[in-house]
Amino acid sequence: MAVVKLFGAWTSPYFYRVIWALKLKGIPYECIEEDLLNKSPLLLQYNPVHKKIPVLVHDGKPICESTIIPQYIEEIWPQPSLLPSDPYERAMARFWIKFADDKLILLALSPSISKMYRASGEEQEKAVKYILEMLETMEDHGLIGGKKFFGGDKISMVDMAFGAVAHWLGVIEDAAGLKIFEAHKFPRLQSWIQNFKEVPIIKENLTDRDKMFALLKRRREMLLASK
Amino acid sequence: MGEENKVILHGVWASPFSKRVELALKLKGIPFEYVEEDLQNKSPQLLRCNPVHKKIPVLVHNGKPIAESLVILEYIDETWKNSPRLLPKDPYKRAKVRFWTSFVQQQLFDTMFTVTKTEGEAQRKAVKEVSEKLQVLEEGIKELFPNGNPCIDSQNIGLLDIVILSLLGPHKVQEEVLGIKIIDPEKTPLIFAWLTAINQLTVVKEATPPHDKLVALLKFLRENSLKSSA
Repeated sequence: MAVVKLFGAWTSPYFYRVIWALKLKGIPYECIEEDLLNKSPLLLQYNPVHKKIPVLVHDGKPICESTIIPQYIEEIWPQPSLLPSDPYERAMARFWIKFADDKLILLALSPSISKMYRASGEEQEKAVKYILEMLETMEDHGLIGGKKFFGGDKISMVDMAFGAVAHWLGVIEDAAGLKIFEAHKFPRLQSWIQNFKEVPIIKENLTDRDKMFALLKRRREMLLASK
Repeated sequence: MGEENKVILHGVWASPFSKRVELALKLKGIPFEYVEEDLQNKSPQLLRCNPVHKKIPVLVHNGKPIAESLVILEYIDETWKNSPRLLPKDPYKRAKVRFWTSFVQQQLFDTMFTVTKTEGEAQRKAVKEVSEKLQVLEEGIKELFPNGNPCIDSQNIGLLDIVILSLLGPHKVQEEVLGIKIIDPEKTPLIFAWLTAINQLTVVKEATPPHDKLVALLKFLRENSLKSSA
């Protein structure tokens, strides 16, 4: 019986945050794919409060939330480290992880993403503006100094927290027929995306782009048809 | 206090987020300079220290700024390792504390603000939601207080206690101003006992503004909100 189990869903960038942490540390785990429209009794038992993925189960004990799980993983399996050892640098990392968590809600495949799909209108404009502001802050404040990754030379939990920007944003833009991220406007971010996706573990563990595009396109069509 | 280990807190007396940091510093006996900010006229230091959000609280330690109250609390705990430890040593217990802290922060805070700032149907809905969330919390904290008796003292108080205090510590003030029962000792006996225990600590009492001042503040905030939404 596997000591570590991970409940997740292939579309979720939050799920991937945990996959990356486990794989970067070489921790073997059993993956349980959940159908989010038909959640398993086991998932509901392990996360009765939120009923969401990802959930890590270690030796039968459930840990929930995609920012809490990587910290737990870091504390149980410290090497290779995914957070700085200096308390101040750790605080900076946690600040950016919180920022990512707060701002990326629009890129999760939750109901709020439908705001991106509106053919026109205020809601879509607001959503686009919100994302642009987030990208500007990352560019102007998060990546100053020409750093390779958010924490310096090494990949860390902060980069993983922003994973949705590196991969999911592009697919969402295509499905919605929008262009939000323009490389020439965000040179540091563009570099970061390339650096992030070139890390072998990340490269090998990204959700299937075509599959996701097809899913989002279908959802968009359903949404527009129902109006 | 020498230049070594100089701590400055930029805060606002009325802010629960600011209060959390103030309390953590006092509980650990860390000397600090407090700067009361005027949110209508923020100091240049504050804007420099938190350029991303321009908000309080901001802790400045030896010239280096940290923003976001929960990030600050973890920093304090990792830098000043004396008692009380704000997070337990065991990683699974730490995950539990972080989980419930996140729950209070994300599920309860905004809904409580809605309760204090609205009336009529909107308020009724929010009150119902708070009540449901409190029931979930009541169930959840049973494993944190297995003998059913929250014994909080200045040595064992932690992150979750500070966070729940910052939101619901003044529940009697909230109940007086709103005329609504928020923490019912019959519906949520554990939460009621927990808040009572935390509120009795000397450090907490000393850091809490007088009842009348808090009542006046809440009335003022509520009236302002109702006026601007009318």
